[in-house]
Formats: sequence, structure tokens, C-alpha cells
Amino acid sequence: MSLRIFIPRDSGALAVGADEVAAALVDQAHARELPVDLVRPGSRGLYWLEPMLEVDTPEGRVAYGPVTPADVPSLLDAIVAGGPHSLRQGLTEEIPWLKRQTRLTFARCGIVDPRSIDDYRAHGGYRGLERALKMSSDAIIDDVVKSGLRGRGGAGFPTGTKWRTVAQAGRGQKYICCNADEGDSGTFADRMLMEGDPFMIIEGMTIAGIAVGATRGYIYIRSEYPHAVEAMNAAIEAARRTGYLGEHICHSTDSFDIEVRVGAGAYICGEETSMLESLEGKRGTVRAKPPLPAHKGLFGRPTVINNVLTFSAVPYILDGGAQAYADCGMGKSRGTKPIQLGGNIKHGGLFEVAFGITLGELVDEIGGGTLSGRPVRAVQVGGPLGAYFPRALFDTPFDYEAFAARSGMVGHGGVVVFDDTVDMAKQARFAMEFCAHESCGKCTPCRIGSTRGAETVDKIIARDRPAANIAVLEDLCNTMKFGSLCALGGLAPIPVLSALTHFPEDFGLAPRRLQAAE
Amino acid sequence: MQYEPWEPARASDIIAGLTHKEGATLLMLQALQQAFGYVPPDAEPMVAQALNLSRAEVHGVLTFYPDFRREPPGRHVLKLCRAEACQAAGGDALAAHAETRLGVTFGATTADGAVTLEPAYCFGLCATAPSAMINERVVGRLDAAKLDALLAEAQR
Repeated sequence: MSLRIFIPRDSGALAVGADEVAAALVDQAHARELPVDLVRPGSRGLYWLEPMLEVDTPEGRVAYGPVTPADVPSLLDAIVAGGPHSLRQGLTEEIPWLKRQTRLTFARCGIVDPRSIDDYRAHGGYRGLERALKMSSDAIIDDVVKSGLRGRGGAGFPTGTKWRTVAQAGRGQKYICCNADEGDSGTFADRMLMEGDPFMIIEGMTIAGIAVGATRGYIYIRSEYPHAVEAMNAAIEAARRTGYLGEHICHSTDSFDIEVRVGAGAYICGEETSMLESLEGKRGTVRAKPPLPAHKGLFGRPTVINNVLTFSAVPYILDGGAQAYADCGMGKSRGTKPIQLGGNIKHGGLFEVAFGITLGELVDEIGGGTLSGRPVRAVQVGGPLGAYFPRALFDTPFDYEAFAARSGMVGHGGVVVFDDTVDMAKQARFAMEFCAHESCGKCTPCRIGSTRGAETVDKIIARDRPAANIAVLEDLCNTMKFGSLCALGGLAPIPVLSALTHFPEDFGLAPRRLQAAE
Repeated sequence: MQYEPWEPARASDIIAGLTHKEGATLLMLQALQQAFGYVPPDAEPMVAQALNLSRAEVHGVLTFYPDFRREPPGRHVLKLCRAEACQAAGGDALAAHAETRLGVTFGATTADGAVTLEPAYCFGLCATAPSAMINERVVGRLDAAKLDALLAEAQR
């Protein structure tokens, strides 16, 4: 009997030495003539325990972590003898951090071998597609509508409505585009899924193709994710080989194929119309809407654009889970939200949970506070365009509307924790500088407003006529908010104004006792 | 990283292999850069001709995207993440340390041609911040000592 051992090949695990641990394991096992079956899945998302090694036992997988190559000999001793070890975390599924989650989208991530379509199928994969192939286009879309699924990329638009528009947009060539340009700092859910469960994304895109009558799909992945690109390409190749992509999928009358396209370092290409321009081989500048991409998208054809997490929710819904999906969550935010905890945090990682958990629970209880051990001062939620929240707002529940009511946004679910050494005026400046750097340049408020914004924050920091310059900054923010074509210029004021509102002392103003904005 | 010397015939082959793709401009520029390490000015009219575009359009695309280089890089490319999650975990101090150690600012290559230092905005390694990528190898939980080791390795 060989030992079945799992060490992630997820880049978050590789970044902290997973390959070195795997090499040490192979060496040690070889030296001991111990037969080992080494599997390289994605990550479970418990990054503070990475590199995490799991061993298959009759009771389930047992986790050890964080493992260094030097730990491997004693670890193997303990595994073979069934004895204790200081890195032993017990049964993986029983680790409280994982147990508290509701894993729908990430149910297989870290468990299956992302290179094996058989493993995917053995864990319930492709049941959604098989059912969809027997359904009418309308019935598939009805299921997605019934689930209440909203786009997980950040804007939260109802997915079924978008699909219906494309389905009804006449005949001829249509496209499915998966937006995998996960550019927001603090977010890595898309990356984890691409590296850990790529077939689910392929399955979701394929179902979308069948539902709206599209035969071609593109997945646009940022170049900062070379491991995700490799994993998606390998999975697409495997799906083609086994008849899950290409002509006559699973011997049906439907055909669908996917191609990976890689970005070239421009944050703005995460904006859907810029992504289309980039896919067409142009500068990634924003298009004015209307026309909506659902009517005139890629190459002027009707196009479904969804994010990785949105497509990933589809197989579960089609596998008879529309009602179950809708039953999770709160208000108009249905289903689960994969939340990503990062920055200066003790227990960073991917935490998938139904909407409604509060920010404070996430940061203090689940995240365990800061890694530096200092007090948490600010938390940025929703990426570089998301608001900085102080502790006073930690009772905000994770829900699109609740965050919007407090001038913030849930966005793609990134939560970045800062300790009390953070200078919020500097963070406000960075938000403007980032917008200036990443602006596509098409519209004036974003292009010029962001540069002027950074200069103005500099003046405020230098205490140069602070009151007048704060008025200028607020005016600039308003101009950007209401005058920009897309979310980059439109939302960049959010981090700036939230820093100013909640941390005025960092701008040389009198500290303000914050009333929770009800 | 080992790149081929610039060779127009080889560039023609690379471009010809991609003309059947929809919207192929980025694909061609990426393939050229992968082969030669950069996209030389001579390649621009070649791409333009293959796609029936003006040279200005190709130049516009090339200069829009931060990934494209118009000059050869150093033997190693070190990308340091400068985004918020890494800032929260001490990324700014590491960035300053890297500039001092290498004696170059972001975007530049060391005089000996060993290392090109580039900024990056998120590798999705925010839970193990701060992070970097050297060539295609990802590194997390970076600190000054780890960074020094990487730089020493790159400068050997």
C-alpha cells in the first residue's frame, strides 16, 4: 500500500516553498523505499498553513503545516508510525477555519488533482453540463435566474438577466468571455480556482455557451498569473481530448471551444469593455456603454462576459442546486461569497461563506488580527477602488447593499488588513497615483483628475493650505465619480474619501469621533 | 532567462504562425517578446503588415501595455509587488531596499546587465505578502534577508 500524499501546486503555496517540500518528500520516500503517491492539487486556501501537506487516512485527510523541507524526515516518521507531530493539524475538514466555511464554489479546490478530468468527474464534475445538454436554452437561463446569482466580479449584476439578453440577441456568432484579469490587490479567488479547479470554469463557460448559443469562448487571464495560465491551458487541452470541448460536446448537437488569452500588465483590462478591446488586439481603452456587450461585444457580436467565480457557480446551480444556492445569503445577495483575507493578517486565506458575516468577524475572529501583532487600524475592502474602513464600521455585514450604504463596496471580496503603523494620507495618495498609472486615458476626469488628485494630496500632506486643498480634493473626487466613463475613475475617489472621512488626523485635521453612518 | 538574438526571419515565422487568430496583435507581440526578450522597433512594421494595420496602431498597442519592452531586459527580471496588500506587510521598505541594493530605480536594469527591477501590481499572493516574482518563480513572505538571497543568486 502506498501512502497518498497531497502537496499543493497552487502558486500561493509554491511561493512559500511547496515545491521544495515536495522534492524533499520524494527524496526521503525514495531513501526509505517507501512507496508514495504524490498528488499536487490546488490550495485549500489556508495560506497561513502553507505549504500544507495532507495524508490520506481511512478517517480522511490529515493536515500538517506549515511544512519546511527540514521537517520532512520527522514528518514521515510520524506519519508511518501514526504518531504525534508538532505540525499536525488533525483532519483537514475539522480545522475550525475550514469548518466554518460554506464551500460551494471552492468545494473541490485543494481536493482534486487539477490536471485530472477523471478526478473532477469523480467529485461531481460535469453533472451540471450533462443536465444542461438535455435542457432548452430558456430552461437553463431560468435556473440561473432562479438561483439569484449575481456577477461575482464586483458589480453584482444579475447573471441570468445578462444571459437572457445575449440569448435573445438574434442569431450568428456569439461569444462567451471569462474575465480572469483579477487585478485587485487583495484578491486571489480567481487565481486559486484556475489553479485548483479549472474544469469547473470550463464547465460553467460551456453551459453559458449552450444557453445563449455561443460556440466560442475566451478566458482572459492576467500575465501576473503564469501558473493559472498553465493550469487553464492544460485543462482545456484535456477537456478537448475527452470530448467536453470542441465539436459535438458529449455527442450532442452543441459545439463550444475555449481559448486562453493572456493580458499584458494593464489593470484597466479587468474592466469588461477594455478587456474586449484587448482581446481584439487593441489598446485596452474603455468603450462607452451603450451598446452593452450583451448586444455588441467582442468583434461587435453579442457577448456574455462574466467573472471566473460567476461561471464557477453555474455547474452547481445546473446540477439541481438553483434553490439551494438561492437559500444561502441575505437580502439581494444570494449564495456564497469567497472572501480573501490578505495583507498584514495572521490567518490569511480564502474564506467562502454565505453573505452576511460581519467585517469584524472576518478580521478579528477568522483572520486572527494582524500578523505584526499590532492593533488593526484600517481595512480596505474591495480592491484598490474599495473603501478603507475603521474599526468603528466593523459591524458592517458582507452584503453588496450594506457596504454601499456605508460608502464602500464588496467588490471582488478582497479584505486587506493594515495595522496602526499605516499612514492613511499616504494610502489616499497611492489610490490616486494608482489610478493615474492605470488610467486608459480615454476620459478626462480619470486621466487628469487622478494626477491632480495625487498632487493635491501631496499638498495636504505638506500642510500647504490644507482646508483649501481638501476642498479641491473633494471637488476632484466628485468630478471623477460622476464624469468618468468606467469604474476606475468613478471609484478611485472611494478609497481617498474614506481615508479622509475616517482618518482625518492623518491629513492634519482634528480626529473625528465617527458615528456609524446609518 | 535565455533569449534568442533578434533575427527578422525568425520574427516573420513567429508572426506567420499567428495570423489565423482573431485579434492577434497582442499574441504576436507577446510571442516576439518571449523569443527575443523585447519587441524591437523593426518588428513593429512586420506585425502591422501581417495584420493590415498601420504602424501607428501597432506602436500604440505596444506602448499601452506595461508588459512590453522595447529594449532587452537583464538576465533576470525581478518584479516586486507594490500594491496594497504587500504595502500593508512592509512592501514599501522592501522596494526601497531593492533599489538601494541594486543601485537602480524601478524600470531599470543594473549596469552589469544582471537584473531588471520592475514593479508589479498584485500576483494574487496577498495572504503570504509581501511577494515577488523572479523570472517565473513566485516568492512569498519576503523579507530583507530573503530578498538579499534572491538578488545574490541573480547577480552571480
